[in-house]
Amino acid sequence: MSRLNLQLPGLDLKNPIMPASGCFGFGREYAQLYNLSKLGAIMIKATTVETRKGNPTPRVAETSAGMLNAIGLQNPGIEKVMAEELKFLESYDVPVIANVAGTEVADYVEVAERISKATNVKALELNISCPNVKCGGIQFGTDPETARQLTAAVNAVSTVPVYVKLSPNVTNIVDIAKAVEAGGADGITMINTLVGMRLDERTGKPVIANGTGGLSGPAIKPVAIRMVYDVYKAVNIPIIGMGGVTCAQDVIDFMSAGASAVAVGTANFVDHFVCPTIIEELPDLLDTLNVDHISGIIGRSHR
Amino acid sequence: MIRQEKMTVVAQKQIATNIFELTLQGQLVQDMSPGQFVHVKVSNTFEPLLRRPISIANVDKEKNEFTMIYRAEGRGTKFLATNRENEIVDVLGPLGNGFPVEAAKPGQTALLVGGGIGVPPLHELAKQLNARGVKTIHVLGFQSENVCFYEEQFNALGDTYFATVDGTKGTKGFVTTVFDEVKPEFDLFYSCGPLPMLRALEGYYPEKEGYLSFEERMGCGIGACFACVCDTTEGYGKDYVKVCSDGPVFPKGVVAL
Repeated sequence: MSRLNLQLPGLDLKNPIMPASGCFGFGREYAQLYNLSKLGAIMIKATTVETRKGNPTPRVAETSAGMLNAIGLQNPGIEKVMAEELKFLESYDVPVIANVAGTEVADYVEVAERISKATNVKALELNISCPNVKCGGIQFGTDPETARQLTAAVNAVSTVPVYVKLSPNVTNIVDIAKAVEAGGADGITMINTLVGMRLDERTGKPVIANGTGGLSGPAIKPVAIRMVYDVYKAVNIPIIGMGGVTCAQDVIDFMSAGASAVAVGTANFVDHFVCPTIIEELPDLLDTLNVDHISGIIGRSHR
Repeated sequence: MIRQEKMTVVAQKQIATNIFELTLQGQLVQDMSPGQFVHVKVSNTFEPLLRRPISIANVDKEKNEFTMIYRAEGRGTKFLATNRENEIVDVLGPLGNGFPVEAAKPGQTALLVGGGIGVPPLHELAKQLNARGVKTIHVLGFQSENVCFYEEQFNALGDTYFATVDGTKGTKGFVTTVFDEVKPEFDLFYSCGPLPMLRALEGYYPEKEGYLSFEERMGCGIGACFACVCDTTEGYGKDYVKVCSDGPVFPKGVVAL
């Protein structure tokens, strides 16, 4: 497995594979299926100061090679996340990346300050890109100056490195990437879901109760690859890439575009064992590419 | 324990208009109980992408076989209907918490109320209740005669009444119309079907102990994605429950109807 280990700010990864936030809960359910210590890291579900109830159902809808979701950041609030969920994850040898969300700057700062003190939280993922909540989330991630300021404010209180999760729902993602780098981000995670809509065939009305939802799954992979490719050229901080990853080859694609590690999202719902399967398959794929260590792949499309 | 298994198709047959009965063989049958469900990958490609949650209609632990009955209506279930003998189907399961069979004591009578594609899980339940000396009465609601199924199977286990919306079989109307006509006497009820039916049932027998099986659009099927949450009634102690992992069966009064 030493062919797969990587060092990123705050993160000592056994391998570059981690489940993406929102697709893995807080790990409990998948812990029934396999040993979570196999994973490179775990990106836990978005955490807010208070308990969040989320959006009305239906919250998901299938689309061509993808799905829409509008869960609405449902979570039990920071106190319970720290006392119960992070505590539970302590029994596994795996770094946790805590996804931090809020409705105003003070919320982000409070969650970041508190959650970064948890012993197994090794990095934060600043959620400025959730398309499914009316307040907070995406509006922080669509204006470069707002994104820079929020990053700086969180960076000032966090005791662990801060990664910022970028939205694809912007005109120029590179501008946002540069702004969060200027704000002191230690890394970038990208991409979040693309805003989409599906209409019911009979009624003509949106299938999802929220109207719109975030599109994920294999359908968005080309968009994500292009954006990782562009951002890699523009910044000097590492990128954790995601968006439609389903197999080891997809991981190689993201790393070739410039990602230093890769998160797996929707595919966890389709094949619940996809993360350990990819980790197992990666060494053989490196053999076929004549690469000794996975770090040799990072950014090769630019060379 | 939840497992993912490549199960073998033993038989696939159409039993009513667009209604199919699929029998699969594999080890995870050993862990199944009535009211649980499986999550089925219907295609080897990304089209359609998500798994389909389908209820368990029969369990044969000696043969390592189980049966699911589904309506081939959408893209996924139509795809599933193309599977033939000896083909392989990727199944995750068994999932969720099923009907509490032990809630009915030997010598008691249970009323089983099903609606449409909510009828199948009641069949295995009826078998297991009968096996432990519980008498079962079945009231099954469908849209029309052409989508009714398992009449013989339910008749063999206890008194069975049909209601169809268009009156082509049994009583014209809903399951509640049958209650008015037959006035069944029973100790507790179990039900699976559309929300209006569950709501009507809960209101109809407020004094009876009852268990309801719910359906909600799912993502992961194991409780991680929070897609299938339902609000709970006041005073339950939790704000919400997840249909896939906390349910799909809940005692009446838990889920806010």
